Amino acid sequence: MKHLKAINRKARRVEEFIASEYGDVHALAQGPPPQRPHFPMGCSLVFSPGWETDSAGGTAGLCQPVERDLYDCYITCFWPAQVPDHFNNYPDWTSKCASATKDWRNIDLVFP
Amino acid sequence: MSAYRHGEFHAFEGGGQNYLYLVPSAAIFALEDLSGALLGLLKDRELTKDQIVDELMVRGYERSGIEETLDELHQAHAIALGDGFVEPRLEAPQQPFPLQTVVMNVTNQCNLSCSYCYEYGEDRIATPEGKTKFMSEETARSTVDFLLNQSPGRRMVHLTFFGGETLLNFKVVKSTIEYARTKAAEMGKYIDFSMTTNATMLTSEIISFLAENHVGVTVSIDGPKESNDRFRVFHNGKGSYDVIAPKIKELVTVHRSRPIGARVTLTAQVAEVKKIFRHLTEEMGFDEVGFAPVTTSPVRLYAIGNTGLDHVLDQFTELAEEYLEYALENKHHGFSNVNDTLQELHQGVSKAYPCGAGLGLLGVAPSGDIGLCHRFVDSPAGKLGHIDTGIDREAQAEHLNRGHINTKYDCHTCWARPVCSGGCYHEAYVRYGDTSHANLHYCDWIRGWTDVCLRIYGEIAARNPRYLDRFDERKAI
Repeated sequence: MKHLKAINRKARRVEEFIASEYGDVHALAQGPPPQRPHFPMGCSLVFSPGWETDSAGGTAGLCQPVERDLYDCYITCFWPAQVPDHFNNYPDWTSKCASATKDWRNIDLVFP
Repeated sequence: MSAYRHGEFHAFEGGGQNYLYLVPSAAIFALEDLSGALLGLLKDRELTKDQIVDELMVRGYERSGIEETLDELHQAHAIALGDGFVEPRLEAPQQPFPLQTVVMNVTNQCNLSCSYCYEYGEDRIATPEGKTKFMSEETARSTVDFLLNQSPGRRMVHLTFFGGETLLNFKVVKSTIEYARTKAAEMGKYIDFSMTTNATMLTSEIISFLAENHVGVTVSIDGPKESNDRFRVFHNGKGSYDVIAPKIKELVTVHRSRPIGARVTLTAQVAEVKKIFRHLTEEMGFDEVGFAPVTTSPVRLYAIGNTGLDHVLDQFTELAEEYLEYALENKHHGFSNVNDTLQELHQGVSKAYPCGAGLGLLGVAPSGDIGLCHRFVDSPAGKLGHIDTGIDREAQAEHLNRGHINTKYDCHTCWARPVCSGGCYHEAYVRYGDTSHANLHYCDWIRGWTDVCLRIYGEIAARNPRYLDRFDERKAI
């Protein structure tokens, strides 16, 4: 930002968020890109780090196959896996699953 | 075409620099020439992008710079486009929320009879009749286990000993600290201790124990003899100052492992902030002094009325100016009300709840009953279960739903809500009979005080920004 100067810690977070949300050609020219959270997003259609390498180019943050498949088919992909319809009939399907890698056993069974 | 208007913020100035305190994000940004001019243009009116560009180009600004500024202000929510009203949503925290602090009322008995006391005074809400007066070692241990077990994911937890007068049950304080240390170590956690006392029962042995165990100590005292003894008296009416003064001097001399704080209750009769501060720091040797107006119904003779609050704010402001002078020279100043507020402003805290009571903090009565905080123990209001049966999740959920800032309609247009969030539940209960009521009698005071602290923050940020590094780490409660 050129016309507003972040002063407190929250302002710096707002600034980072704006830079990641709206992009900024200046950011490309000025130093490394901002740190973003690593969400391993894999899919058969697109290359996405997560299957082969993690977002840092290493292998420490690779995805976990079982819950990985389930969530990718559920959220990011059209792949016809057997996941419930979360738009209309089962919006709370994963409400007990805050973290897929830890809580995937809590995902509800659905009986249509 | 949609028009731009001001977003929600409080503008302030400090050290010759103009700033915005954005609401509800609590982000603080400094304005430069163009962003200041653009915001000035939108004061009390709405303008389209073309109108803004035209007006500012007439003043000699470049089009590209104006458009860039417009985007930045819009992205930071300092200005808004169109109606864009968003109904505030209730976003209760995920449950169960890990505990951070338990305040343990080791006794509900006291050897003083301060008329304004919220536990025994005219506005008391506790009904301890028929319950145990002193916490047993067994209940204290169960409380420690409860804290350690209910704080998953937290490496550091905090235990505060409280009363009544805490030292009336020092035996339990001592054994609990020993037990908690061992137990926490077994679980790979660190437990931190503090206590509040009226200092009447301090002895050399107790002081050594507190120092050796790094127990943070806060002493309730209302200043020099004439002001302290106005309300802080023994049962026979005799003032407590002469008894506590030598004990406090020994405490601050011997106990150097933690800063020793004084906690002053301001009333209509005792409100000479600067004089009290001088006495407690320079003559008594306290490292920090915090002030709070008495919690009371407005009809009491010691209640501070509106003009009284203005007087207190004037004195707070004078003392805060002194804090600023010290801060510009990197010197310590013990006015903890400023320090605490600057900490929150620096972090950009935006509270969904006024405090952690009923969420990360709970109070436990001598009987083991759990309350919202230490002010609610032994009271039917704010009861949240028992140490043996655990937290009453239903009562807790109701408290969290009702106490959320987005349910407090009165607060929705207030710029100070990120730091206030409606204010103390206990204060609200005493005034309005409802813990979730906004403390409307303090609105002007809170806005006035937050503005003072913002100006001081701004001046430090402009003239000695390195001083603010000390607030980078969030202080544990």
